[in-house]
Amino acid sequence: MAVILDILVQLGQLLLVLLLAPLLTGYVRKIKAHLLRRRGPDLIQPYRDLHKLLRKEVVLADNASWVFRTAPYLIFATTWVAAALVPTFATGLVFSPAADLIAIVALLGSARFMLALAGLDVGTSFGGIGSSREMMIASLAEPALLMIAFTLSLLAGSTQLSSVATYMAGPAVGLRVSLAMALVGLVMVAIAENARIPVDNPATHLELTMVHEAMILEYSGRHLAVIEAAASLKLLLYLSIIGCVFAPWGVAVAGEGFAAYAASLPAYVIKLAAGGFLLAVFETVIAKMRVFRVSEFLGAALMLALLAALLLFVSRGT
Amino acid sequence: MALDVVLWGVLTLFATGAAAVAGARRGSTSTFVYAVALVVSMVALCMAVWTLLVDPAATPTVSLPIGLPWLGAHFRLDALAAAFLVVVNLGGATASLYGLGYGRHEEEAGRVLPFFPAFLGGMNLVVLADDAFTFLMAWEFMSLTSWALVMAHHRQPGNARAGYIYLLMASLGTLSLLLAFGLLAGPAGSYTFDAIRNTQLSTTVATAVLALTLLGAGSKAGLVPLHVWLPLAHPAAPSHVSALMSGVMTKVAVYGFVRIAFDLMGPPTWWSGGVVLLFGGASAVLGVLHALMEHDLKRLLAYHTVENIGIIFIGLGLGLAFAANDMRGAAALATTAALFHVFNHSVFKSLLFFGSGAVLRSTGERDMERLGGLIHRMPYTAFAFLIGSAAISALPPFNGFVSEWLTFQAILLSPQLPQWVLKFLVPAIGGLLALSAALAAACFVKAFGITFLGRARTSLAQDARETDRLSLGAMFVLVVLCLVAGVLPAYFIDALAPVVQGLVGAQMPRQSAFAWLTIVPIAESRSSYNGLLLFVLIAVAASLAAYVIHRWASHASRRSAPWDCGFPDASAATQYTAGSFAQPIRRVFGSVVFRAREEIDMPQPGDSRPARLHVHLHDLLWDTLYAPVAKAVGITADVLNRVQFLTIRGYLTLVSGALVALLVILAVWQ
Amino acid sequence: MDSFALDVAHLFAGSLVLVSFMLLYQDRMFSLLNIFALHAFVVSVSVAWQAHIQNAPHLYITAAIALVVKAIVIPIVLHRIIVRLGIHRNIENVVGIGQTMLGGIGLVALSIMVMLPITTAEGTLVREDLAFALSVILLGLLMMVSRRNAVGQVIGFMSIENGLILAATGAKGMPLVVEISVAFSILIALIVIGIFLFRIRERFDSVDLHALDRFRGERP
Repeated sequence: MAVILDILVQLGQLLLVLLLAPLLTGYVRKIKAHLLRRRGPDLIQPYRDLHKLLRKEVVLADNASWVFRTAPYLIFATTWVAAALVPTFATGLVFSPAADLIAIVALLGSARFMLALAGLDVGTSFGGIGSSREMMIASLAEPALLMIAFTLSLLAGSTQLSSVATYMAGPAVGLRVSLAMALVGLVMVAIAENARIPVDNPATHLELTMVHEAMILEYSGRHLAVIEAAASLKLLLYLSIIGCVFAPWGVAVAGEGFAAYAASLPAYVIKLAAGGFLLAVFETVIAKMRVFRVSEFLGAALMLALLAALLLFVSRGT
Repeated sequence: MALDVVLWGVLTLFATGAAAVAGARRGSTSTFVYAVALVVSMVALCMAVWTLLVDPAATPTVSLPIGLPWLGAHFRLDALAAAFLVVVNLGGATASLYGLGYGRHEEEAGRVLPFFPAFLGGMNLVVLADDAFTFLMAWEFMSLTSWALVMAHHRQPGNARAGYIYLLMASLGTLSLLLAFGLLAGPAGSYTFDAIRNTQLSTTVATAVLALTLLGAGSKAGLVPLHVWLPLAHPAAPSHVSALMSGVMTKVAVYGFVRIAFDLMGPPTWWSGGVVLLFGGASAVLGVLHALMEHDLKRLLAYHTVENIGIIFIGLGLGLAFAANDMRGAAALATTAALFHVFNHSVFKSLLFFGSGAVLRSTGERDMERLGGLIHRMPYTAFAFLIGSAAISALPPFNGFVSEWLTFQAILLSPQLPQWVLKFLVPAIGGLLALSAALAAACFVKAFGITFLGRARTSLAQDARETDRLSLGAMFVLVVLCLVAGVLPAYFIDALAPVVQGLVGAQMPRQSAFAWLTIVPIAESRSSYNGLLLFVLIAVAASLAAYVIHRWASHASRRSAPWDCGFPDASAATQYTAGSFAQPIRRVFGSVVFRAREEIDMPQPGDSRPARLHVHLHDLLWDTLYAPVAKAVGITADVLNRVQFLTIRGYLTLVSGALVALLVILAVWQ
Repeated sequence: MDSFALDVAHLFAGSLVLVSFMLLYQDRMFSLLNIFALHAFVVSVSVAWQAHIQNAPHLYITAAIALVVKAIVIPIVLHRIIVRLGIHRNIENVVGIGQTMLGGIGLVALSIMVMLPITTAEGTLVREDLAFALSVILLGLLMMVSRRNAVGQVIGFMSIENGLILAATGAKGMPLVVEISVAFSILIALIVIGIFLFRIRERFDSVDLHALDRFRGERP
């Protein structure tokens, strides 16, 4: 009985992330619009977009192969599974032993692999640009993320996000410059991975520096909807990771009962809102950088992560 | 029993090779040779698996009265040998199956058929050998037969050079191993492995043995900076032999290293682990960066072998470092990761070489810039190659990820090491490993995307046809293995437990005992991974999404010209090429690693010549390590050349001078 | 000493290393000056905190000197010099930023590896401070080595001095006299460098030290 209840809570999280993700995207857009003194679209506009796209006919390029048609579903599935394995409102859910932080990073890598292949499938130059740049960005972002995982594991003695969150909420943490560096590094990686300004621009379609939009240029209809949903999920996933590691307050522990979940859910939503707000502000005040500056940007994130791991040796006083 | 069966199998292979010399001209010989090789490999595989799973504690030995008269030839089948026997014979069986289809179209059958079974037999013998003499004989036999296979197509440009460099490096490797065994045997000169195990080594000797072993086994495995022959020689051979060389022979070299460093040398020292880690890290990153710059499909795969060997050596180095500090559990984890990666790499590398062989056969091209769009013409090969690419890029839920994940978990234990050098070295190596994994994904997006996706770049690619069923069968066996080893890694890790127990004196917790087949390297609160659950979740989520959308939203679709922002260009030349795909990464890493330089040749206005972009890459290792040696050898040869044209009196002077000099040395020495 | 005080001290010292990296990363003159001001500010805060937890009031003076002279006066003066001379606003690096940063990481690892094993007898605070201080000093040296521009070198030099202050305060305070003399020496250095800059500029219309090398016939 308890197992069934646990699985139900886990399924609840699966649904929760799926339902919240477009709202988060809409919220960030809204804030950005407000900062630019525009009114901006409704908060629920992303849902309307998805609904509209889902009902539309798909236009496939003449030589699109099965990779092109199956990739959206695989991208969506891997991202969704990854997002559902990150602790959101509760730690230690029943599926969480399936993947630690490294495995979650690798799952996102699988999604990216499929997306980059889909970009190459039709054989257009835009798709190639997107795939090639995406893989360049990933080749720096992924090591940075893994070094951050290394830092956290050095500190918390675990790569399991639930354990890390528990440790970070505990009294043993203290003020550490390594943590600040890891946070900054993680934010930089999150910005790059989610195709946000200054690395990429989610709002443009006719710019030579675009990356993510170039890869999905040929997609339409339900395929596009599924990919957009996956992109929203990815943003939610990164904010959830940042939230559960660096702001681990108000997170319930699995098995505490529904009262605890009911209390932790608003905390989670508040964290997402705060993260989204900061993202919107950051995106508004900064300018898009040239694509070959991205390597320096992410190189700095990698260095920060490395430095964070190094300094931990000092701060533990061993 | 098992050992006898395998040895009889090896004998059968040698006999088949000899018979193939006689019947090389007949068409049916090819089928006969590969069928025998397939059967023998299958039998040996079953024996090895049986030994590993059922009876790993029994270590049958056989000694035969061949070889050196006072020594004989000793063979032994322990758990370590059995594990590598699995790798060798799995590779051998699939390559033979592939060869049944692929080899039928071989033009130079007379140069391939006799050597193929001999090569397989040689590799089996290396793994089974239990004395230094038999080991070196088998090693050299393996090298020479593989050299003969590399030279099978010796008329193609470049292959002769590849064979020459391979022969040089192989001789160097055998020489170092010979010296290593000489040192290991000590002044008593006891060459059986049992005697060597009981010999105590002084620190100096141990250092020398480790250096020589790294040189000998490392050069065969393709460790940077001894890798130069590998990307030349592996692609030159016929594709199923490339698969064997890259997937299996490099593993035999790893076996040689493991046997000497873990088993024969006695307790390791911590700095030996550090040295191995450094070489491993360098190989991992340099291998994949070289692969990214490559647009010859088979050579790209060969460079990836260098990368994966690096990953294996990272695991082995960690194992040595942990074992030296008596951290048995961590050492077991690192060694298991390395051995599991040995298996995984042999599986997906064979698969990828089979795929590239299928492409080569149906188009006659290895150059990716002249391929493209093959997924429409060769759908099954494309699918198999895609799975292999995902596996080698360490993507879950496939097998490559599991072994890299285990390696990472071992790296995360490094803060517990007492040596400060290792404390800092290991995380840095971890960074390199992460970098190489990410770059490998980029590289295989390139390899698969440019070759199989997009539009056909030449008529050769346009007219490609799917390869034969037997070749496809070999590929799909490996595809299934990639998935099974990724989804159910617990059983594979448990199978390796007796091997690791023998090497470092501890083993990982029994994995198949954990709930839901989760793998837990140390403790559940620390880290865990469940490939099965992930696979099921992804499969369910993807099909659920597809079903829901097709059922309730829309399933209409229509074909039309590509959109491409409104400017679709009909010419296939406007697609991204392998070179342009790798350009951003070349910009980021290449200026340091390869001293990459781009040169743009822009004609003046009115000039009708096309503009050109030249990219100059330098292999710094070749320039700094090998080129000076080659130059010195050339100069020496020129000088010595004169000795060939002396008078008789001159020769006599030379000989008597040498004699007198030797006598003087002898006199001084005493 | 309670762990909170230790954590805060660690935070400031670690931030100083981080700011040193920011100095290495920066390739624009004015941002470089701003970050140097931040560097000096972090040093002064760190010293002030040490003064607080060690009950060593003279360190407050050191902190104040660092704050006033290095975080405010010197950046403003350099800023003026740059504006008045119309120096080119980009800083040329001898090697790329990526390699410099990698080298920097290596230097930090080196200083931790050197310092921690040989100071096992000391308290945690001293050990950390010494390791961080050595990192800052080495990073400053790296900055001087990797920058062609004289202004970059001046700032590298002064960041070394900040590292020395950190080391000295960590080692249970240094006599105020020494500190004042160091402050004076840095002022003198600034003056010397200012004049030096003027002279180079007069002769070569550039503060790129490359020009000096060319003049001496060292490089074509």
